[in-house]
Amino acid sequence: MSAPAADETHRPWRDRLARVGLPVVALLLGCAMWELLVWAYAIPPYELPAPSAIAATLVEDRALLVESLMATLATTAQGFALAVVGGAGLAILFSQSRWLENTLYPYAVILQVTPVVAIAPLLLIYLPQPLAVLACAWIVAFFPMLANTTLGLHSVDHNLDDLFSLYGASRLQRLVRLQIPAALPMMLAGGKIAGGLSLIGAVVAEIAAGSAGAGSGLAFRIAESGYRLNVPRMFAALLLLSAAGIAIFAALSFASWLILRRWHESALVRAP
Amino acid sequence: MTPVVTLRGVGKAFPNGTLALQNLDLTVNRGEFVSLLGPSGCGKSTALRLIAGLARPSGGAVVWGSGGTPARGDLGVVFQEPTLMPWASVAANVRLPLRLTHRPDNAEALVADMLARVGLDGFAKAYPRELSGGMRMRVSIARALVTNPELLLMDEPFAALDEITRFRLDNALLDLWQELGKTVVFVTHSVFEAVYLSTRIVVMTPRPGRVAADIAIDAPFPRGETFRTSAPYAALCRTVAQALAGAMGESLA
Repeated sequence: MSAPAADETHRPWRDRLARVGLPVVALLLGCAMWELLVWAYAIPPYELPAPSAIAATLVEDRALLVESLMATLATTAQGFALAVVGGAGLAILFSQSRWLENTLYPYAVILQVTPVVAIAPLLLIYLPQPLAVLACAWIVAFFPMLANTTLGLHSVDHNLDDLFSLYGASRLQRLVRLQIPAALPMMLAGGKIAGGLSLIGAVVAEIAAGSAGAGSGLAFRIAESGYRLNVPRMFAALLLLSAAGIAIFAALSFASWLILRRWHESALVRAP
Repeated sequence: MTPVVTLRGVGKAFPNGTLALQNLDLTVNRGEFVSLLGPSGCGKSTALRLIAGLARPSGGAVVWGSGGTPARGDLGVVFQEPTLMPWASVAANVRLPLRLTHRPDNAEALVADMLARVGLDGFAKAYPRELSGGMRMRVSIARALVTNPELLLMDEPFAALDEITRFRLDNALLDLWQELGKTVVFVTHSVFEAVYLSTRIVVMTPRPGRVAADIAIDAPFPRGETFRTSAPYAALCRTVAQALAGAMGESLA
């Protein structure tokens, strides 16, 4: 079906406006209704705080909340970094030894399928609290890196593989010049998943540790504020956690685009 | 005539029981442009892989004129697909064989020279996805030739290209072959392409592949569009097509 030409040329601009504008309008409408309901029914803030009350708490408690945010982000970043190094590193080792892969891969799967909420209390017994939180952030982020890198290293073009054989490439040459570049798009996709998961792992461990009374991360603030019925602060901390998750995803997506833009299909913008 | 490589009674059976080649005898001499012509699945690609050393024969032997085995970089291979590294620039792709065989001295000059010879100067920094199918294949040919190999093996390299591009690349390939004085083994299922390019056509039987006919194409070089539309070309095509039909157990109507 052919649409009028003028319509075609306006579509990108209108699409973009709709993509950014509509969610913002929905958010504003939602907040306005929320504010109105709280005001109309005179709901006390310890039951449901109004958006304005949450915003006020965000400003009022900013020192405490930002400090907690930094603590959680630091754990997340460390867990993510360790997962990237560990997951990609182990996958590279696996690619060099089928024997090692067959021995260890099942345990990596077990680590992944066991819910981290259930592991966290045990880790808190055996490890000092900050280390246990870090371990949780690492455990959940580790597997996507391992699985994606393993898949990537196995998906080398067969003819390119033959070409490397033809010129007598060493194992190291094959790894560095063929397997790792070929695996890069999948590794970056794994990284995007791992970044979000390490935040979840850190939060889960902080919540589990929260009842033990130690810690200073955002999730701990949520648990603590819950005991004190400081509901506005719970919402404020939750808001910051969401923002952190979005920021992590956006940053990793941008990094991925930056690395792949010259050559990978996923980074190619095609005319509609 | 100096033999570059000789296949002596070569057979190849795959683990699944398929017998791809049986008792294949073939000598490729220096400076020849030999086409292996046959129907799909006659084992011509397998024969090429055996010569390249990418597979081992299950019977017979591949004997090199030099006596031993070819050194790294003495062979160039062009596959059906351009088989470029998408993450590397054109120059880096062409340079790959030099890197892998540790011949870094004047590598840049060699790469630039090869790119110029295949008509791609100015594209060194481009990435494969920015090139057309024909240009990608030119990069692939430049890469195969950059180590100055004794023997160039080509496995239906132009089969996926449109006819206009294929004719252009046929001509470019013939020019390179004459300029550089290489020996070429070219796998194809096109009678017309084989006759246009070759000094010799080896017609193979369907599985298991053997040599059914060995036809010299002694039309003079350089060959161009006048040759492609000439009566002798048509007559040669008919001879080769008849040999191919004979190899397949059919008769040409």
